Amino acid sequence: MAELKTKIKQNTQEQSVEKSPIIQEEKEVVFQSKNFNLWYGDNHALQDINLTFHENDINAIIGPSGCGKSTFVKSLNRMTELVPIVRTEGDIDFRGDDIFKSGMSVEELRTRVGMVFQKPNPFPKSIYDNVAYGPRVHGIKKKAVLDQIVEKSLRSASIWDEVKDRLTDNAYGLSGGQQQRICIARALAVEPEVILMDEPTSALDPISTTKIEDLMQELKKDYSIIIVTHNMQQAARVSDRTSFFYQGYVVESDDTNVIFENPSDKRTEDYVSGRFG
Amino acid sequence: MTLVDKDIIAKKRTGRQSRNQIFKWLFFLCTMFGLAVLILLIADTLMDGWSRLNLDFLTNFNSSRAESAGFFGAIVGSLWLMLVTTPVAIVLSVGTALYLEEYAPKNKFTEFIKINISNLAGVPSVVFGLLGLAMFVRALALGNSVLAAGLTLALMILPVIVVASQEAIRAVPASVREASIGMGATKWQTVSRIILPAAIPGIITGIILAISRAIGETAPLVVIGVPTTLLVTPSSVFDSFQAMPMQIYSWVKMPNEEFQYIAAAGIIVLLVILLLMNSVAIFIRNKFTNRY
Ligand SMILES: Nc1ncnc2c1ncn2[C@@H]1O[C@H](COP(=O)(O)OP(=O)(O)OP(=O)(O)O)[C@@H](O)[C@H]1O
Ligand SMILES: [Mg+2]
Repeated sequence: MAELKTKIKQNTQEQSVEKSPIIQEEKEVVFQSKNFNLWYGDNHALQDINLTFHENDINAIIGPSGCGKSTFVKSLNRMTELVPIVRTEGDIDFRGDDIFKSGMSVEELRTRVGMVFQKPNPFPKSIYDNVAYGPRVHGIKKKAVLDQIVEKSLRSASIWDEVKDRLTDNAYGLSGGQQQRICIARALAVEPEVILMDEPTSALDPISTTKIEDLMQELKKDYSIIIVTHNMQQAARVSDRTSFFYQGYVVESDDTNVIFENPSDKRTEDYVSGRFG
Repeated sequence: MTLVDKDIIAKKRTGRQSRNQIFKWLFFLCTMFGLAVLILLIADTLMDGWSRLNLDFLTNFNSSRAESAGFFGAIVGSLWLMLVTTPVAIVLSVGTALYLEEYAPKNKFTEFIKINISNLAGVPSVVFGLLGLAMFVRALALGNSVLAAGLTLALMILPVIVVASQEAIRAVPASVREASIGMGATKWQTVSRIILPAAIPGIITGIILAISRAIGETAPLVVIGVPTTLLVTPSSVFDSFQAMPMQIYSWVKMPNEEFQYIAAAGIIVLLVILLLMNSVAIFIRNKFTNRY
């Protein structure tokens, strides 16, 4: 246990060196939730969530199972609306616009806010068609353009070299880790501004996990990332900011090194040090 | 002290194993029984009908004289019938299934409709015949035309295809749906590009079963009053027509024993057409399945 904590500290210290607080302030706000509440029927799953996410940050969301992490992340691109019993109150602003206001198109929101799910979920189509799906849905038909997008996205998801010779093969024939990177490439293909990742590496082996974590470091240059994770080391390793959810509340949200080294709430400290969860 | 008595387990083992064998053979016999009866039936029909199965039989119109009675009018009539039934049934039932599974609000009313569609699949065909008689033949004054009978049969097989399509659509994993919606695709894009292609093999299976049932169905045609002796084939869907099962039925009723053999020949033709249709459909299904 002590070993793990020092490891986390080392990692976070490395990161805190890179990051100066001045840059943090200049960064533009991407998402801001204001007193956001969500109910599944009578279950008050999210309670008064006030969080702000900045551009080019990797934001980790941690917390015990069932505390509402997935629900919150899915609220950001209004995927929770697919569940009929869901009811919400409060606002979530995306680049200053309330995502629930009547003029907001969900299709546009979900194009600008991409999502990668916990389990790799490629379409039962070829690798090429999987990545080209988003652009095609948005009306891009030219083969030459699609070819470029597919290559660029697969490269950004660092899987191009592994699949470039079999783009027409079914994506189901790939390993779980490869499938997940295909799904990331698919999300990147529409050039979103934010990428939501719900435990993207929980079904993967350490090597694939490392690849995806490295990938996230690359991606944060162009995108903002919000990642749900159960893996404390992962949160400490990759994220700039961390929000700790507990039973539907945000207990604490701060720079990752603060959360892991100097949390102000006892529950946060217990959770990140593995004492409960 | 152990709770698991090894001696008792050893004693019971032979009993369990022989029971295992007994059930295996019992189920094998069940399968063989059905198969044997089917083979007997087909062999019997083949023997009866073989002598009458020639080109004349296929190209002659029906006649009251056994020597010259043929199946041509009925074959062409049945094909016309399917030309109406198939597209109408497919469009209505796949549309219904898509609405119920993808668009309808999940409430008691939708549940009520779903249950009743499954129930409709069990309604006897003669009832659909009566419905067709009242609605299409009389109310819409279509007479005993291809259109009236085709629409009747389409209604009859509708529930079967709806239920099969619903199951195929439901089998498409929610994660794949979420992936599409999450990319900013609209409902219709998700349905047409992801869900339908994935569900197509299952839907086609339902369609095969349903059309096979429709082409051999007699009762609704009897109720509608499809003629058994016509000397022309229809030239439009508003014309009167003959149909294979109806023709066979009328031959079986004939007192002249020669007509029994003609009926057997008719059954062979009907079976061959059914087999052909099924193989084409299975081919299409496999092709679609392989594409993914
Ligand atoms: N589709 C749903 N219908 C009803 N209740 C739901 C649904 N999805 C989640 N919930 C409830 O909302 C609460 C939060 O669930 P959520 O999936 O957001 O948790 P989580 O933090 O992502 O957990 P995990 O770490 O296990 O993924 C739980 O009490 C859960 O039972
Ligand atoms: Mg979750």
